[in-house]
Amino acid sequence: MNQSFSIPAGDFSHAGQAASEIKRLLKQLNIPPKVIKRVVVALYEAEVNVVAHSFGGSISCTITPEHIDIVVSDCGPGISDIELAMSEGYSTASSEVREMGFGAGMGLPNIKNNSDSLDISSSEQGTSIHMRVNFKEHTP
Amino acid sequence: MKLKEVVEVINGRIICGDAFLDREVHLGFASDLMSEVLTLLDEDILLITGLSNIQSIRTAEMSDITQILFVRGKQPTKNMIDLANEHEMVIMTTPYSMFRASYLLHESGLKPVY
Repeated sequence: MNQSFSIPAGDFSHAGQAASEIKRLLKQLNIPPKVIKRVVVALYEAEVNVVAHSFGGSISCTITPEHIDIVVSDCGPGISDIELAMSEGYSTASSEVREMGFGAGMGLPNIKNNSDSLDISSSEQGTSIHMRVNFKEHTP
Repeated sequence: MKLKEVVEVINGRIICGDAFLDREVHLGFASDLMSEVLTLLDEDILLITGLSNIQSIRTAEMSDITQILFVRGKQPTKNMIDLANEHEMVIMTTPYSMFRASYLLHESGLKPVY
């Protein structure tokens, strides 16, 4: 099953709509609530990142019986130092983003903590993150 | 404690979710930082926040939190209330500060998450 969403840049009112839709879908598929929470937290943070930091992007979700694969791609300007961006507390967010309750340098760490695999590639042309969450219940 | 007790303790007002005031809540978490709320594993939580925008409702939705208290008399917008109603959330406001509301609720039995 495939689902795609587009994310306009800078439009905070729409951030979370894709996560909301995926949450509804996973509930219908009887995925365990704890797993759904991992998926939607990671996806929501990724949506906020695209709205907050990029020139716009898109989300593509593929659901199989075992897992969900989510690819979030944007049109730039890219992350100059991914390792630094992954460290908790590091942020390049604008004051507008902070006013929305984000921008504390927790987005990418939250995505990492809630996905079973995470790949990030980035250039000036754009950033693409691929995350997978397995449906078998996670034991922390 | 029941949500109707929460409203009394903080001299609050119910914005939406009147039908769910018998719902019990045992934990409280006070933050304006939504990424921090998204790290919580518990769901039996009253979110106490001064951040009154659509993202606070979205964050509660993703975290399976069904009750939010806005402090310092913050008024949610119609969009926020619509989204909250869609997810059967109870939204309350209090004129008190986050510190005072948290103190009073803790005195009345609401436990911290950490």
